[in-house]
Amino acid sequence: MTEEIIIAGFGGQGVLSMGKILAYSGIMQDQEVSWMPSYGPEMRGGTANVTVILSDNRINSPILTQYDTAIILNQQSMDKFEPEVKPGGLLLYDPNGIIRPPERKDINIYKIEASKEASNLGLPKIFNMIVLGGYIKIKPIVKLDNVMLGLKKSLPPRYHHMIPDNEKAIKRGLEIVEDVQKV
Amino acid sequence: MAKELRLMKGNEAVAEAAIRAGCDGYFGYPITPQSEVMEYLMAEKPHERTGMVVLQAESELASINMVYGGACCGKKVMTSSSSPGISLMQEGISYLAGAELPCLVVNVVRGGPGLGTIQPSQSDYFQATKGGGHGDYKLITLAPSSVQEMYDFVKVAFNLAFKYQNPAMILSDGAIGQMMEKVVLEDQIPRLTETEIIKKCPWATTGKTPDRERNIITSLDLDPARQERHNLKLQEKYKKITENEVRYETIDCEDAEYIFVAYGTSARICLKALQLAKEKGIKVGLFRPITLFPFPVNQIKEMAGKIKGILSIEMSAGQMIEDIKLAVEGKIKVEHYGKMGGIIPSPNEVLEALEQKIIGG
Amino acid sequence: MAETLTKQDIIKDENIVYKKTKLMTDKVLSYCPGCGHGTTHRLVMEVIDELDAQANTIGIAPVGCSVLAYEFMDIDMQEAAHGRAPALATAIKRLMPDKFVFTYQGDGDLAAIGTGETIHAANRGENITIIFVNNGIYGMTGGQMAPTTLPGMKSSTCPYGRDVKMMGYPLKITELIARLPGTYFVTRQAVHTPANVRKTKKAIRKAFDLQKQNKGLTFVEVVSNCNSGWKMTPVKANQWMVDNMFPFYPLGDIKVDGELVK
Ligand SMILES: Cc1ncc(C[n+]2csc(CCOP(=O)(O)OP(=O)(O)O)c2C)c(N)n1
Ligand code: SF4
Ligand SMILES: [Mg+2]
Repeated sequence: MTEEIIIAGFGGQGVLSMGKILAYSGIMQDQEVSWMPSYGPEMRGGTANVTVILSDNRINSPILTQYDTAIILNQQSMDKFEPEVKPGGLLLYDPNGIIRPPERKDINIYKIEASKEASNLGLPKIFNMIVLGGYIKIKPIVKLDNVMLGLKKSLPPRYHHMIPDNEKAIKRGLEIVEDVQKV
Repeated sequence: MAKELRLMKGNEAVAEAAIRAGCDGYFGYPITPQSEVMEYLMAEKPHERTGMVVLQAESELASINMVYGGACCGKKVMTSSSSPGISLMQEGISYLAGAELPCLVVNVVRGGPGLGTIQPSQSDYFQATKGGGHGDYKLITLAPSSVQEMYDFVKVAFNLAFKYQNPAMILSDGAIGQMMEKVVLEDQIPRLTETEIIKKCPWATTGKTPDRERNIITSLDLDPARQERHNLKLQEKYKKITENEVRYETIDCEDAEYIFVAYGTSARICLKALQLAKEKGIKVGLFRPITLFPFPVNQIKEMAGKIKGILSIEMSAGQMIEDIKLAVEGKIKVEHYGKMGGIIPSPNEVLEALEQKIIGG
Repeated sequence: MAETLTKQDIIKDENIVYKKTKLMTDKVLSYCPGCGHGTTHRLVMEVIDELDAQANTIGIAPVGCSVLAYEFMDIDMQEAAHGRAPALATAIKRLMPDKFVFTYQGDGDLAAIGTGETIHAANRGENITIIFVNNGIYGMTGGQMAPTTLPGMKSSTCPYGRDVKMMGYPLKITELIARLPGTYFVTRQAVHTPANVRKTKKAIRKAFDLQKQNKGLTFVEVVSNCNSGWKMTPVKANQWMVDNMFPFYPLGDIKVDGELVK
C-alpha cells in the first residue's frame, strides 16, 4: 500500500501539522513515511502545502506531481491541485472560502464543513483536526488509535493539555464528512 | 531493546546525530534552508546532554575558523550552512585541508549563483568535489538521499574525517533538509575524554607535556621542496581514499539497458521514474553515487560495457556528468537532464528525457 | 445638491490628506503589517525627493527582510552580499564623489556578519549615510538571535532566552562607531508614532545634508519591531519595543557635529 497525499491551504491553517500527525500515525503502524513542505518566506501569509506519503515499502520521490488524495483548504490550492489528483483518486475540501467547487468527473469528491464546525465548537485552532478526521473516515489507511498516538508524538509535551480537544475534533470530523461524488 | 524511532527533518536529524555521535562542538550562522540544525541544537541543550559546545557565530567566516581552532585540538567539530555561507567558508576549508584537520561541514544546498534562491539545488557539486577553495585538495563528500542518511552520514563522515585527517562534507539540499521522514536513532556515543584525544590525535595542540615535542599546526611552508612533499603526501592520501572509500547504491541495474545516474534528491525522483518506466516496459536502472569524492569511477566504467546509455539527472546545469563522462571514456552515450533555480524535476519529465535524449536520440 | 459625487470630484488637490511617496514604486510592500521597514523606506525616499536627488543617489540593499528594498525604492540600487554593503558604498562614493550614497541594513547584516565593513567604513570616514534598522532579531531567516537581541529575549536560536554568559551581550554598535573619529553624525530614532516618524525623517535629512558637505560618515539607527520574529501582534510588538528595547537602546542623538553628545 502506498498513499500519496497533498494537503494545501493558507499558512496558519495547520496544514503542516496535520501532515505531521498523519506521518506520525504511519510510523505508529510501522510504515515508511515522508513529509515534504513548501518552505521559505514566500509562505508568509501565503499558501502552504505539504506532500505526505505513507507506504509499506521504501518511499521513492518525496516530491510529486500526481496524488492519490488532495486535501484542499483554499481556492488557490483548489486551482493548483484539483488537476493533479490521479483519476479515481480522492479530493476532500472545506467549502469555506471556495468560490469554484471541484469540477472533475473522474475523481471521488468529498467535502467537510470543518471551519464552520470548529467555530461552532468554539475551537477555531483545531479546524485541521476535523479535516483529518474526515479524511480517515473516507480512507481508513491509518487506524484511529494510531492517529491518537501520532497526535501525542507530534505535539511537544507543553501542548499535551490540548490533546482532548484535538481528539474531539478528529471524532467530529469522522461524523460530518459528506460525499459529493463517487466514481 | 526497541528501536528509537522519530519523525524528523533532515536538518534536525543532522543535529541529533551530531549530539549522539559524541560531537564536541558546533559553530554556525543562520541561513535558509538549514537554520533548523542550530535551532534544534539550541533547543536540545547539548551542553547539558553531553557537554557539547554550540555557538552562534557572527558569520560563516567565523564559524569555519572556530571549527579550525577546535579541530586543531583534536576535537570532533562541525559546522553547517547553505551555499552562500559555504562559499564564504572556502578559505577556512582550504586551510583545514592544508593542515590535514578532521571536521564535518554540512552543505544544505540552495540554488545559485549569488544570493540565488532558497529552494533546493545541486549546483554546488563542483565546489564540493573539486576542492572549492584555493590549492590542490579534496573533501570527502557524502551525498545523502534520505533523512535517515542525513542522520547516518554524520557518524560516517566524522569517522572518515578522523581516519584520513581530512575535512568531510555532507552535500545535501534544501529538499532533504526540510523534509521529514522516519529516522532510527542510535545510542549515544560518549564524547572522548582529554586523555583519549591525546592518544587518538597525538598531533593535536593539547598542551606540550615533557614527554613530547611541541605540536604546531599550520598550512604554511615557505620551502618549496617541503611544500611539494606535503602536496604529494596529500595526493597519496586522496588516492588511498579513492581506493578504499567509494560508496554507491544500484537499483534494478542487473538487466538494465539504460541507467540513470543521480545522487541526493534527484536519486529519489529517479526511483519514481524507474517505477513509471517499468510500466512502459523500459529497462532502466538507477546508479546512485553515495560518495561524490571519491567518485565511483570504476563501477560506472564497468557498467558502461553492459548498457546502451546513461542519463545524468542533476538539479544543476550538469556538473556530475563530467565525472560520468570521464569514467565512461566515450564508450556510450551520456546526456544530462536537470532543472535549475530551485526547481525539482518531476519523475515524468525525467522519464521523458530518457526517452528523448537516450533511447530515441 | 442632488448629484452624487464622482471619483473625480473627490480626487482634488485640496482634498488630499496623504499621498504615496513619489519615489516609492507601485510594488506592494512585502513586509509584515506593522513592520518598521516600510515606514523607514518611505522616509528615505521622501528625503531624496525633497533633495531632488533621484538622479544623484545610489542605494545599497542588504541581505535581510529589506533585501528587496530595490523593488520599492525608485532609484538606482545595488544588492550587496550579506554584510558587505558599506564596502560597496565605499567604492561607489570614492568613484562617484558627487552622488549621494547610502546603505540600508538590518542588525544581523550590519552588526554581525558585516561588523568589519561597518567599523572600517566608519573609521575611514567615508562620506556615506548608513540607515540601520535594528529589530533585535534576524527577521528574514525566521527569527534567530541577532547581535542586538536583548538579554533574556527569546529567539529560535536562544529558545530559552538570550543567556549572556553563553551567547554574549547585545552589541551597541551605534555607540561603538560613534566613538570613531570618522563618524560625524550618529543618531538613534524610531518610527512607531507620528512624532517619532517626523524626528526620524529630520535625522535622515540631516544625514544626507551632511553627506553633501563631505563631513564624514552619517549614521541613522531606527529601532524597529519585528512582530513576526518576536511572535507578537504589531500593537503588542510596539509596546514591547517601548518597554524593553528603548531602555537598552535609548533614542536620541549620540554624536552631533563630530562631537559625542554628553
Ligand atoms: C553568507 C550568508 N549567510 C547567511 C545568509 C542568510 N541570511 C539572510 S538574511 C539574514 C539575517 C537578516 O537579519 P537582519 O540583518 O537583522 O535583517 P532583518 O531581516 O531583521 O531586517 C541571514 C543570516 C545569507 N543570505 N548569506
Ligand atoms: S519578519 Fe520582521 S523584519 Fe521581516 S518584514 Fe516581518 S516584521 Fe518586518
Ligand atoms: Mg534584524
